[in-house]
Amino acid sequence: MPKIAVSTRKGLFFIDENKSIYQSAFLGDPVSLFYKDPHSGIMYAALDHGHFGVKLQRSHNGGVDWEECGCPVYPEKPDDAEDDKNPWSLKLIWAFASGHGENANQLWCGTIPGGLFLSTDNGDTWSLNESLWNSSQRKEWFGGGADHPGIHSICIDPRNENHIFVGVSCGGVWFSSDAGETWAPRAKGMRAEYMPPDQAYNENIQDPHCIVQCNSNPDVLWCQHHNGIFKTEDAGINWTEISDVDPSTFGFACAVDPSNADKAWFIPAIKDEKRIPVDGKLVVTYTQDGGKTFNSLANGLPPAPAYDLVYRHALTIDASGQHLAFGSTTGSVWSSENAGDSWTHISGHLPPVYAVDFLG
Amino acid sequence: MPTLRFTPNIQRHVNCEETVVEGSTVRLCLEHYFSYNSQARSYILDDQGALRKHMNIFINSEQVTDRKGLTDSVGEADELYIIQALSGGN
Repeated sequence: MPKIAVSTRKGLFFIDENKSIYQSAFLGDPVSLFYKDPHSGIMYAALDHGHFGVKLQRSHNGGVDWEECGCPVYPEKPDDAEDDKNPWSLKLIWAFASGHGENANQLWCGTIPGGLFLSTDNGDTWSLNESLWNSSQRKEWFGGGADHPGIHSICIDPRNENHIFVGVSCGGVWFSSDAGETWAPRAKGMRAEYMPPDQAYNENIQDPHCIVQCNSNPDVLWCQHHNGIFKTEDAGINWTEISDVDPSTFGFACAVDPSNADKAWFIPAIKDEKRIPVDGKLVVTYTQDGGKTFNSLANGLPPAPAYDLVYRHALTIDASGQHLAFGSTTGSVWSSENAGDSWTHISGHLPPVYAVDFLG
Repeated sequence: MPTLRFTPNIQRHVNCEETVVEGSTVRLCLEHYFSYNSQARSYILDDQGALRKHMNIFINSEQVTDRKGLTDSVGEADELYIIQALSGGN
């Protein structure tokens, strides 16, 4: 089992191969997201200080020592942007992704209220992707559970470092084929039940909760959407809704096997305002056949009542496709070493979990 | 010259010592301070240069009125208290 980083409402915790907490950082402070750059090995921790704003810290030595680095800053809002209802001010760091190939020095950062930022100096400085931000369609985005829209998923095609997907809640899926120079919607087929009927298939108002791309078959992306589970097999040109998954198709997190696009995991809940496990029973839903059938995985998970909700960044899978881990709002963390067939409870006493990442 | 005093709670994030500054408005006082403590800026002001939503500034015993432009006048003998608004609990 690779080591795990757990980002929580009250700090960042590191779990070792023996499933013990061996290190922590930022105790008492909300850590909204953790990221380890696969090229440099630098770790990043996004902090949401509330009173003092969002800050970004980085570590060059495995999380032992941390330093504050640059943080995305929105530009001055121009006078002619009065019609933009969203603030031009950082509210939350919600996604990280590293480039590869010729773009290996690129570190992308998705944020609330919807800005996509790029750093090419390991977080010293950041620049707003103006192409996406200045799109007239961006002004139509709106918040889902949050007050303002946000970019929570960034997928960079392993075959082509210039091909980038971003998932926006609520703004659909956007794609760039030129490393962020230009953008176009890629959410055709997604359905928004919460909108008026004639707007249900509007690509720009969809609420994907989490999007993941298969490393070995990057044309396949899975999406846990507010209205259910969606999948594309043609790199987002068309999305297909997968329904009739027990106990629910609602949830926040999803994961795909890096070497098998047919295998994907979800953690269901009762939709919309309730957001608790169906019948108080925590399960993981799993397909091995591309979404034709699903199994509920619960071996090692608690019996009802268990009111654990798993946020969008709190389920992760390693490169082997065998190791998974997730954390919940009750401060519990589970891991599996057999693709979810059985789960081990690592801790039940952490602060509410925002994100779980293998250090691998 | 006006004096700046900071909430103790900010100190564990960024060192902000009590100091005297130059300036006839809150904005000018802060900008003078940030000229030698640039890291403090983002803890007090947001991306648009306005006072953070959950921060507050008092000039002596009076709360500033212009949280966006920070144009409130500051006298030579005034004391500016940069504090956090009480909120939260989780």
